[in-house]
Amino acid sequence: MVRDITLGQYMPGHSLIHQMDARMKTVLLLAYIVFIFLCKNFISLLIMALFSLLVIFMTKISFMKYLKSLRVIMVVILLTGVMNIFYGSGTVLWQWWELKITTGGLINAAFVVVRIAMLMMVSSVLTYTTSPTDLTDGLERLMKPLTIFHVKVHEIAMMMTIALRFIPVLLEETDKIMNAQKARGADMESGHLVKRVKALIPVLIPLFVSAFRRAGDLATAMECRCYNGGKNRTRMKVLHLSGKDSGAAAVCVLLFGSVIFSNLYFPAVI
Amino acid sequence: MSVLQVENLRFVYGTDTAFEKTALDDVSFTIESGEFIGIIGHTGSGKSTLVQLLNGLLRPTEGRVLLDGKDIWEHPKKIRQIRFKVGMVFQYPEYQLFEETVYKDIAFGPGNMGLKEDEIDQRVRQAAAFTGLREEQLSCSPFELSGGEKRRAAIAGVIAMDPDVLILDEPTAGLDPLGREALLAKIADYHKVRNNTVLLVSHSMEDIAKSTDRVLVMDHGKKVMLDRTDAVFSKGDELEKIGLRVPQITRIMWLLKEKGIPVDTSVLTVEKGFQEIVKILSSQ
Amino acid sequence: MKDFININHVYYQYDEDAASDQFALKGIDLTLGKGEFVAIVGHNGCGKSTLAKHLNSLYVPTTGDITVDGINTKDDDRLFEIRKKVGLVLQNPDNQIVAGIVEEDVAFGCENLGIPSDEIRSRVDAALKAVDMYAYRTHSPDKLSGGQKQRVAIAGIIAMEPECIVLDEPTAMLDPQGRDEVMTTIARLNRELGITIVLITHYMEEAVMADRVVVMDSGTILLTGTPAEVFPQVELLKQHRLDVPQATELIYQLRGAGYDLPQGVLNAGECADAIAGLIEKKRAGKV
Repeated sequence: MVRDITLGQYMPGHSLIHQMDARMKTVLLLAYIVFIFLCKNFISLLIMALFSLLVIFMTKISFMKYLKSLRVIMVVILLTGVMNIFYGSGTVLWQWWELKITTGGLINAAFVVVRIAMLMMVSSVLTYTTSPTDLTDGLERLMKPLTIFHVKVHEIAMMMTIALRFIPVLLEETDKIMNAQKARGADMESGHLVKRVKALIPVLIPLFVSAFRRAGDLATAMECRCYNGGKNRTRMKVLHLSGKDSGAAAVCVLLFGSVIFSNLYFPAVI
Repeated sequence: MSVLQVENLRFVYGTDTAFEKTALDDVSFTIESGEFIGIIGHTGSGKSTLVQLLNGLLRPTEGRVLLDGKDIWEHPKKIRQIRFKVGMVFQYPEYQLFEETVYKDIAFGPGNMGLKEDEIDQRVRQAAAFTGLREEQLSCSPFELSGGEKRRAAIAGVIAMDPDVLILDEPTAGLDPLGREALLAKIADYHKVRNNTVLLVSHSMEDIAKSTDRVLVMDHGKKVMLDRTDAVFSKGDELEKIGLRVPQITRIMWLLKEKGIPVDTSVLTVEKGFQEIVKILSSQ
Repeated sequence: MKDFININHVYYQYDEDAASDQFALKGIDLTLGKGEFVAIVGHNGCGKSTLAKHLNSLYVPTTGDITVDGINTKDDDRLFEIRKKVGLVLQNPDNQIVAGIVEEDVAFGCENLGIPSDEIRSRVDAALKAVDMYAYRTHSPDKLSGGQKQRVAIAGIIAMEPECIVLDEPTAMLDPQGRDEVMTTIARLNRELGITIVLITHYMEEAVMADRVVVMDSGTILLTGTPAEVFPQVELLKQHRLDVPQATELIYQLRGAGYDLPQGVLNAGECADAIAGLIEKKRAGKV
């Protein structure tokens, strides 16, 4: 079912990671993504992987949830993994026509799979432990300097909040409309591509109509609650950096340092 | 003759995941051809799952659904044919309208059945007439209709498939009393003229009391009762135990009986209640 | 009772260019007292929702005036003052929740008003407790039932500490249980916090709970009075295609047949008592 997708779902909790500032988490995640692609050998990759598992463990959210976040992109992971096996140099282990499996290819594949999986799971750490409001609030503040370039930072953040709120609502609605059209004999499971795309029209039109109706209602509701853009707005939860955030930053600096160190000290395999 | 037969039906959502939930547990019953059945139960009682199993939108985890004596999942590839025979009107069906004109939208189902142009035309016009849409409204965009008319157009879209069994899930939800009454009357007319089987899922006990022959009561995924409508509502205390209530008029009779007045507690309408009380008053 | 909202000869036209007879509201005169619980009933298209949207200045009258606590709703400069005093809850609970976490949504209005963070926190907690949703404060709205979502929407208004809440068919999309939850909440807010309630509904069993019922038909006020005064006028209500509670209708029919029963009966309990009383009297008379 469509609604099984866990899309950036927040899971309330009180772990150390939950308590961190959304801005710090976002910045550290970005740095993490850079460094996971900087890993050049197994030792640095192992350091990053162990760290990732530690962070996941610290969130006190079931590991199953993280595996579930992988399920959505499983196809992408497998596909890039398999493609990488045949792409690379080194000792040829197996050959058939032009297709060659080499040691280099296997190493490439392993790196790619681990990197994407870690990337997805650690990104989930951010979305699972940070409430959507905190997340967008954090982004709004991080992007604040952009206002001098006339970027509508508050509006972008508000749009993200609303999008995060309504994605599950619209997914459920899609499910309902699909069922209703199936009950009228719509065939969405068979046929060639053009036919399948055409079969989506009876789902998409009602979905758009409903999205516009909801948008109209929401605008009214926001007006009733005195929404006036970002002007003079206060927040219930004020983001503030604490000792926990400095601690986390220090740990990450150490981590990234050790990645650089192992890259320099041990030979690169990729 | 029985038209629908349900045998030990069980349905589990999200099998083998952390979210596994049994929505329906060992439900069996038989519905005769031409019956008007009400289905009641509070939200989460399994009634929505049940009706989706009846027209093959969901596949049973265990048990069978028999239509005219044949398992509907005997040929899984032909399940669409079952959906034409067991028509399903979902809650707030007006949200499924999508065509340029009301006519085309009603014709969507019959078109999917692969019927000929003139047959479709005849069915669309008949279905529109059944639901009380006017001829000139057929060429309108469905989005120009009023809320109540949109709902009628959506229901016509299912009726036009001429199903043997028509299932309506909360057809009167969100309508005002006037619209509710009018729509129920149309459904009753349709049932009388076509003489097919109608299943009405509703929270409104007054609606159920007004129209149905028999009532199926669901609770926690299980069948609690299936009996004649007056017999079901005369068991007010049992219904209240599972969080359902009886029509106000039935409740009044119930309260009178508690006060030691010998009234019939299976009264379902104000007219019957009036006659019952006049009878008692004049016998004093 | 002090006057709170004064509606003075209000006409409203959706499309100003349309023919002059196409008014959604045609000369509405109504005064709502502070702390009153008023139900506005009528069938779809009678103008009740249009009127509701006038009370917090989402619409302003084409002619005529509305004042909220002395402020004219046409006064653009005091718009937020009006919306702070009069909150509006809409029919579809899903479409009025902005944030992905219950407590953060409840805070939304206060944040817009620029209230200091500590105070928002205490207001949000109090509002969630007032609608009995405090235990769900960190939940996502998607996982809640319809009745719970609607109570969250009400909390979002309460946190702004309004003097009046207008609810536009708040229970139309809910199941009976959700309807009960919302109605109990509304009644409690009125009784315990003294908030003025304007309930737009087409369920008569809900209107019965109000202090005063206003019956609307095609843009005008047909009838107003206490529920006990309004509902016994079965003939008039039916003429205007409105429902009456079954208890009221039964008593009406029995009275019509010449039985001596009291008029203002609104619920099953009162009805059974009245009939039992009559039977008792007849028995006693015979003996």
